[in-house]
Amino acid sequence: MFGDFDINFMLFGVMPYVALTVFLVGSIARYERDPFTWKSSSSQLLRRKQLIWGSILFHVGILTVFFGHLVGLFTPIWVLDTLGIPYGLKQWMAVLIGGPAGIAALIGSSMLLHRRLADPRIRVTSTFPDILIMVLIWLQLAIGLLTITQTLQHMDGSEMVRFMTWSQSVVTWNINAWVTVVDVHWLYKLHIFLGLIITILFPFTRLVHIWSGFAAPLRYLLMRPGYQIVRSRRRRPLEERRRAYDARQGKAGPRATTPAE
Amino acid sequence: MRVRAQIGKVLNLDKCIGCHTCSVTCKNVWTTREGVEYAWFNNVETKPGTGYPTDWENQKRWNGGWTRSAGGKLHPKQGAKWRILANIFANPSMPEIDDYYEPFDFDYDHLKSAPDMNAFPTARPRSKITGERMEKIEKGPNWEEILGGEFSKRSQDYNFENVQKEIYGEYENTFMMYLPRLCEHCLNPTCSASCPSGAIYKREEDGIVLIDQEKCRGWRMCISGCPYKKVYYNWESGKSEKCTFCYPRIESGQPTVCSETCVGRIRYLGVILYDADKIEAAASAERETDLYGAQLDVFLDPNDPKVIKAARRDGIPEDWIEAAKVSPVWKMAMDWKVAFPLHPEYRTLPMVWYIPPLSPIQNAAQAGQIAMSDQMPDVRSLRIPVKYLANMLTAGDEEPIVHALERMSAMRLYMRALTVDGVRDEGIAARVGMSGRMIEDMYKIMAIADYEDRFAIPTAHREQNEAGADIRGGCGFTDGNGCSTGETGKTTLFGGKKKKFALPQETF
Repeated sequence: MFGDFDINFMLFGVMPYVALTVFLVGSIARYERDPFTWKSSSSQLLRRKQLIWGSILFHVGILTVFFGHLVGLFTPIWVLDTLGIPYGLKQWMAVLIGGPAGIAALIGSSMLLHRRLADPRIRVTSTFPDILIMVLIWLQLAIGLLTITQTLQHMDGSEMVRFMTWSQSVVTWNINAWVTVVDVHWLYKLHIFLGLIITILFPFTRLVHIWSGFAAPLRYLLMRPGYQIVRSRRRRPLEERRRAYDARQGKAGPRATTPAE
Repeated sequence: MRVRAQIGKVLNLDKCIGCHTCSVTCKNVWTTREGVEYAWFNNVETKPGTGYPTDWENQKRWNGGWTRSAGGKLHPKQGAKWRILANIFANPSMPEIDDYYEPFDFDYDHLKSAPDMNAFPTARPRSKITGERMEKIEKGPNWEEILGGEFSKRSQDYNFENVQKEIYGEYENTFMMYLPRLCEHCLNPTCSASCPSGAIYKREEDGIVLIDQEKCRGWRMCISGCPYKKVYYNWESGKSEKCTFCYPRIESGQPTVCSETCVGRIRYLGVILYDADKIEAAASAERETDLYGAQLDVFLDPNDPKVIKAARRDGIPEDWIEAAKVSPVWKMAMDWKVAFPLHPEYRTLPMVWYIPPLSPIQNAAQAGQIAMSDQMPDVRSLRIPVKYLANMLTAGDEEPIVHALERMSAMRLYMRALTVDGVRDEGIAARVGMSGRMIEDMYKIMAIADYEDRFAIPTAHREQNEAGADIRGGCGFTDGNGCSTGETGKTTLFGGKKKKFALPQETF
């Protein structure tokens, strides 16, 4: 049964499902079970130095890279064909946008990592997962940038199409997805593996704030018409209470003074 | 008209002795935990001074409060919604902990555990963040206590604007006063407006502004949003915290801890009815000096039958309406006009108000007698410049401050005539637009300040809002993680510390 076992099957066929399951179930469980721990864990109060530049470079860079991966990997290939975008052009775009963004994120994360390890205030208030996830992200960025050296050797887009096929096969439950990435360069494989590891760790670290980061603009800009929030303990909204009160006043008998709400 | 009620507060600065009992009792109850050692939900500042955190009143630097655009619309000074979101990675207007002070403790244990030495052992300071030795303490929560430090530093006080401040650095002309500060529980709070998560809210029933600890994500925008710098970031929990107005006490009809323990009896709590529909227009008043008056217009007269009817219709409980009628806060703010909001120019419509302090007559020493005008002490020649108080309490408008100080002086003259000469001098009262009865009532509440007169707090009506059977057996006040007692392990799977749920218990 295990005669034709291939580690690639485990890493690129099974692990993505494990990672995505842990990521989703873990996120939901934490949000429901332990909302008090759901936070960005900002350390800006303790040390401003190196955070302003580091954090902005890192976040802007990594968000660009993140959306680049999302759009780049999950755009169906027939969309490219229909629009007539050559694969080579798309790959150039990925290198030219993703490259500088990745460098910005790497510089930013280097500043943040240095600050986290070297600044005594930040060092003692950091938890093990804080440091671990920072190191992993730094490695992931470095490896991701190193893969560009391989990418530049075949600018026809063929390699890129394989990764697109793999990603799209995974999310469309194609059990043979792993076959497409079996013989890519090991740097790519390491990059995917580390990405899945980070996905698994996501719900157990401060990374959960990414969910909130995406939710914040929706909540703040779209779901909140004005600025202020007033919470009421009363069971019915004001208009309903007023109507009920008016109805009570109309009846004969003793007038209700204290509304029963 | 949309009637809402709030437990408002007045602090009579004329009687504050700067003992810090309020701060200490507050700290003991609320902020002795790790992460908020540096946070004082209530603190007392010596003025003139730059305060805590340093220079907090300087909104050019911290961007707290609201800005009115040319079109008359309000947005937080740190930016409208999209601008706030753009600063989510790093907040440029947020103070660092060193702007408050680095929390420290002393090595007390060394005093008894030190070995035999030639020198007497001392307790040296140690940082509460890093645990490292601090060689020199350069800041604390009350660094300018009783005019500590150089005048050149203290005089950077924002309230000196348009005051020829140099002469107040001279020993003969110096002046001081205390300013106890806590969250203002504003009608138009910038902290809640700035929160992208929507974690900060005002309670409809009693106006208390709270932070939902389970919704707070630590985006830190409230800290820069609040112009009073009364929202604090807990660096251990990663959440913001602020004065809760001791809501569990208020709900059961008790005064807040700071008010309860106030030695000088300077703190007053009472119901204010206000019209929620008028808040926006009042906060958007064009001229900053109009903001004080605009806020007075938001308050509703609890003796007006129309207001009472509307209040009942909007669900204000009957005992709250009755409490509003005897509210000391209403009397001081509205009837006597002696209490004022702190920095109304921030446009937050604060609900903790202040009675300005009287002070000795400035030129009495030179003239050999008290400066009088129209047989009244001239309050403009008081030692504390009226302009200074006006910058603090009325956005620079001196008239309301003068009016209040005159009424307070008149109260002293009237009561002196009554108790020494046995004469009810209605003339004194009439000169400040009051009657003898009003002055005697003012004297009873402001000078005698009996417990019952200071606090008129109706209890919350949870029995009308919640089904008691549903909350029976609930967990009461918890801190995160619901009813979980967190039995296994020291930390949760998700990196939080397990919160031990400790009920008060007695052992025999």
